[in-house]
Formats: sequence, structure tokens, C-alpha cells
Amino acid sequence: MRHIIAVLLENEAGALSRVVGLFSQRNFNIETLNVAPTEDPTLSRLTVTTSGSDRVIEQITKQLNKLIEVVKLVDLTEGDHIEREMMLIKLKATGQHRDEVKRTVDIFRGQIVDVTSSIYTVQLTGDQVKLDAFINAIGESYVLETVRTGVSGIARGDKVLSI
Amino acid sequence: MEMLSGAEMVIRSLQDQKIEYIYGYPGGSVLHIYDALAQQKQVKHILVRHEQAATHMADAYARASGKPGVVLVTSGPGATNAVTGIATAFMDSIPMVVICGQVPSTLIGEDAFQETDMMGVSRPVVKHNFAVKHPAEIPGLIKKAFYIASSGRPGPVVIDIPKDMTTPTDKFEYHYPESVSMRSYSPATRGHSGQIKKAVELLLAARRPVILVGGGTVGGKACDEATQLAKALNYPVSSTLMGLGGYPSTDRQWLGMPGMHGTYEANMSLHHSDLILSIGARFDDRVTNATEKFCPTAKIIHIDIDPSSISKTIAADVPIVGPAKSVLLEMLALVAKSGTQPEADAIAEWWSQIDQWRLRHGGHYERNEKGMLKPQQVIEALYQVTKGDAYICSDVGQHQMFAAQYYKFDKPNRWINSGGLGTMGFGFPAAMGVKLHYPEAEVVCVTGEGSFQMNLQEFSTCSQYGIPVKIVCLNNHSLGMVRQWQDMNYESRHSQSYMESLPDFHKLTGAYGHKAITVKTEAELIPALEQAFALKDELVFLDIHVDPTEHVYPMLVPKASMRDMWLNKTERT
Repeated sequence: MRHIIAVLLENEAGALSRVVGLFSQRNFNIETLNVAPTEDPTLSRLTVTTSGSDRVIEQITKQLNKLIEVVKLVDLTEGDHIEREMMLIKLKATGQHRDEVKRTVDIFRGQIVDVTSSIYTVQLTGDQVKLDAFINAIGESYVLETVRTGVSGIARGDKVLSI
Repeated sequence: MEMLSGAEMVIRSLQDQKIEYIYGYPGGSVLHIYDALAQQKQVKHILVRHEQAATHMADAYARASGKPGVVLVTSGPGATNAVTGIATAFMDSIPMVVICGQVPSTLIGEDAFQETDMMGVSRPVVKHNFAVKHPAEIPGLIKKAFYIASSGRPGPVVIDIPKDMTTPTDKFEYHYPESVSMRSYSPATRGHSGQIKKAVELLLAARRPVILVGGGTVGGKACDEATQLAKALNYPVSSTLMGLGGYPSTDRQWLGMPGMHGTYEANMSLHHSDLILSIGARFDDRVTNATEKFCPTAKIIHIDIDPSSISKTIAADVPIVGPAKSVLLEMLALVAKSGTQPEADAIAEWWSQIDQWRLRHGGHYERNEKGMLKPQQVIEALYQVTKGDAYICSDVGQHQMFAAQYYKFDKPNRWINSGGLGTMGFGFPAAMGVKLHYPEAEVVCVTGEGSFQMNLQEFSTCSQYGIPVKIVCLNNHSLGMVRQWQDMNYESRHSQSYMESLPDFHKLTGAYGHKAITVKTEAELIPALEQAFALKDELVFLDIHVDPTEHVYPMLVPKASMRDMWLNKTERT
């Protein structure tokens, strides 16, 4: 099953490599990973999506917790949560198809952030399923380039991941 | 406030940490530190002949004393040579601090002379590592390194120090912190009371219990408490390879070691048990055999300081995260207070079953018809001559298993071996590390001619510092354990497991100023051992020729349960 694990990490050189190294050393799987400093500059927040049996996920969270630089973590998929991913996607937009692309972008509530006579560059935010659905709707043959941030997530309601 | 250079801070911090010996090898990147070392007497340095030996010496000192060992090596090859020893300590949860030189920070990343990314290389085999970014950080980082290495589940910590952090003319305020606190690191200090209560209820209700003593019992200094609990309940005890000595091996309640080369009775008892109380054992693959067939009727209480060891390979029914000592003390108090007693009839029946199992194999081995010594005989003789009270530092292979099986350890910290990583070459430097700190004790390296040749250069270190260890080399002209597997699984095709052109060990040891004794017959064995131990101040190498065809038994049948064993070359359960 797919899990989203949010980690507060000391914002120190080499800390990220420990997290990434751990996944490959122990044969765990990383589907997406994103990381940036938080409002507290001594901390980074990292979101990793991974998959595995309950036992594997338990090992992943325990092994992550064991890293000296990991301050706190939570498996967001254990409760209600919000997940978002941002995609920048460069699309062929010529002739008749140019209008169709525009309409699809509107339906998915994306924004065209750059335009040439033959290309739209679109910014789209949503969960992974929505981004995948957009690519499907446009048709892969019109996609010139994509870049996705990977999932970031946060718990719904009162729950807060902080120190 | 005192002003010191980074190099002086390294040495002063070690002084303030009350470190007596460090083990190492100088080189370009650590010359400033070595210069600071030379200007004081408190911290003594042992110059090894290869950095791997330095790590094993420090490691073995830690295993014998319970205190962290310290290593000092240079950058590049110095650091990479230390990696095997760091990994050895990591796998067995041994506290160690390794200080590595690094090229000047201005050159890092430029493929400078003797540059290696030691932070990256060591990362998978350390508990933690630090790179020094400013000289003034050095005392704080060293304090943290010792704290992390020794607390929680112990392990090695590497400190990478670029040469320009130790420049003698750059002086900074020195202050060695009294204590450390880290927001991201706080090992458990006691177990969960509710879980402990649940565990005691299960324990008292058990009808076929086994207590499993692991390396965490020894490392956690909880051997007395484990023994008290076993005695209070009259329950059988098995000790893993890392837990040997954690419960007295000559005691009636002790079943022997479990696992791959465990005793028949330990493996049978575990397989048929209804409850296993694991104290700091991690259910390693060499213990469990096929995990899906592991002890089908047993409930598992698992005490461990490291939560990730619990339910990693075998699911625990009652997990208890905490230091073995405090958890066991709480359990003992609850057992004493409880009105319930274990069901006497059930326990008596369990013991009578175990006593029957004890008769089946009982460590039996056949004598060689041509009068060749059997390796088991040698270990039995060693046990007899040393009265069971020596530090036994083992290398890796058949001799290691024979030593584990036939030397009965009644005290913890006496059995020093590379259990997890299985590092050949460990035994000799390990014995040196122990002997240096316990000069009055008998310290023996049990080795084979294969393992021994992986670190024999340390003969020279022993000459320099006068380290009179005794080396018991079970010489079978073969890589015995490899050969055994080839006999059992590859129709005796002994691919690269035969050692031709062995050195003349007399000449070899003589060249370094040590003594060698060759033993080929049973009649020579005890006198040779007695002679060796009588030579208190000399390193003695006993080249003991043993039967090369011997195998270690019992041996678990691959991919099966713990009750499936070969008992000798022809008989299996």
C-alpha cells in the first residue's frame, strides 16, 4: 500500500543523504521525495511516498526515526490528510488543438504560465491522480516535457507536525 | 578561557573524556593531531601496522570493558582501511569513536591526494558521523560522538576532520561540555510499564518457556538481572553467539547456543516452546533459519533498546522498548510481587523433555581414527587449562563455532567475536586490545591459519608494546567453514578453500621475536598449552594441526525450521 511519510529533519549538510541512503541500503522504495527548509531554518521538512506491506512500512518509520538527524515523523496516510503535487508541463499547442488544450487546462483548473505560438507551458496542482488524469486527457503525444515536485502532504484538522 | 588549536582540542577532549589508549596510524592529514599527541602523556597511542587492526583493538576493548574504544587514522586509505573494523563494530552494536583526518576543506571535492569521501563511505556502517566545519566545534562534536556511541543501542561514530581545522597556529576557546542534549536523539530510558506487566503475565502462564539472552543483555549490563529472573522462575536459558557469557554456561538451566550451529537441545526447546522471552537478541537469520517456520507455537516477548530490532524479522507479541537492565528489574519486582507461580507440573514436564533432548547429541564428536587432533578437543583442552576464565577472542570460521560450542563462558564480556559481520582477521588485534587493558588476565586468540593471515602483521605491534597474547591456531590447511559448505552442498569440490604454501609459523613468529609451538598429537596438546600460559610475558603462537575433514555440528538444514538439523555427517533429525 502507498504511504506518505512526513519527516522533520535537522537542516544540516548530509542529513538528506542519510535518508536517501537508508532507503537504498535497506531495499525500501522511494516513489517521490520532496524536501525544503521550514519556517524554522534549522529544520527541513521532507515528504516521501513509498509503498510496502505493513511490516515494511513499520521498518521504514522505525529506521527513519533511528537516524540521529530525524527529529520527528508521521505517516500521514494513517489519518485524514491533504496531499498536493505541482507539475509544470510543456504542451504542443498548434492549430485546432490549441483551443482544446486551453479548455482542458481550464477544466483541471491549471494555469498557462508561458506561451509561444506553438507551445503552452501549464502549471497544475493537485494530487497525483489528478495530475496523471490531466496528462491522459491531453494525450501523451502532445506532451513535450513535464516536471513534477513530488508529493507534499499535511494532516487535516488539529494535528500538527512540529517540535 | 584556554586557547587551543583544533589539533590540541582533539587530544584535550580525549583527555577530558578519560581515554587511556587510542589506536591508530599517522598520515598527512592528521600530522597536526599527532604532533599534539606527542606533547602530552595522558592519552597513550598504540601504533598498529594496518588501520583495520586499530579498529578491532578499539572494538575489542569496548567489548571487554563496556566503554567506547577510540581510533585515529588519516584520510583516504587510512580511513578506508578502517571501514571493515567500523562495520564490524556496527553490526555488533559496539561503542567506538573513529577520528579520521581529511584533506583541507579548501580541497574537498577536488580529488586531492589521499582524499576519500569518508562521510559517504562510512555512512551505511556507522551509528552517526560528523564532519568538522570549524575548529571550535571539535570539543562539542567529540563529546556528542562519545554520547551517541555509548548510549541507546551503541555503535561506531566517525568524526571527519579536515586538516585545516587542526592548524597549530589557529587557536580558539576550548570548552569541553559536561553533558549533551540533542532534540533529535533521546534513547529510551525505561520500558513501558503496561507492556512489562503484560509480559510478566505471559511469562508466568507459560508452560514451555525459553529465555533467550542476546548481545543486548551483555551490552546492556543486564546479565545479573537476566540470571536472577531465570533462577526465580526455573526457566531454561539459551544464549545467542553475541550473548555467550550473559548467562553462566555451566549452569543446569543453560541449554547452549541456538541457531545454525546451536545445540540440539537449544534448537529443539525454542522450536517447541510456547513462549520466548528475548532479551536484546535480534532474531538474526543465523538463529531463526526460515522465519516462516520459526517456532510455530511460541509467543514472543521482545525486549530491545532499538525499536527497529523488534518485529524486524520475527513479529513480537509483546514488544518492550527499553534498556534490558531496567526492564528486567521491573519484571523481577513484578514476579516477586505476583501471587501467581509458574505451573510447577508443566515446567517439570518441560524440563524432563529438555533433559531427554540433551541426551540426543550432547556435543558428541568422533575421535579421529589415525590419532589426528579434533578441533573440539583443542577447545576443551583450552577450557581446562585456562580454567574457563580466559578472554577468548575469536576469528571467524569453524574454529569460532567450536570455541563458541566448547568453551563454557560463565562471565559476560569474555567471549569477543565478530558475530554479525563475520570479519576474518578480527581475532588477533581483538586479543591485543583486551590484553593491553587487562594485562593480568589470560587473553587468547582462537583462530585458524586462514583468518590469522588476514592480520598477522600485528606481530610487529605486539613486539613494540610487549603484548603477550596467546594464539591458538587450529591449523587444518583449509578455509574450514568454506570447505564444510563445499562438502555439504557442492559435492566436495573444494574450490579455492585449500591453502597451499602456508608459512613456517615458527620462522614467522621468530622473525618478530615471538615464540611458536607446534602441536600434532593429543599427548602434546595439554603440555603445550600449559607451557604457553606459563610464559607470562611472551606472545606464543600455538600451531595446532587438526583434522581438516571435521565439520561443525549440529547444523541447521537450510530453509527449514529450527528443529531440522544435521547432527553429524550422516544423521539428520
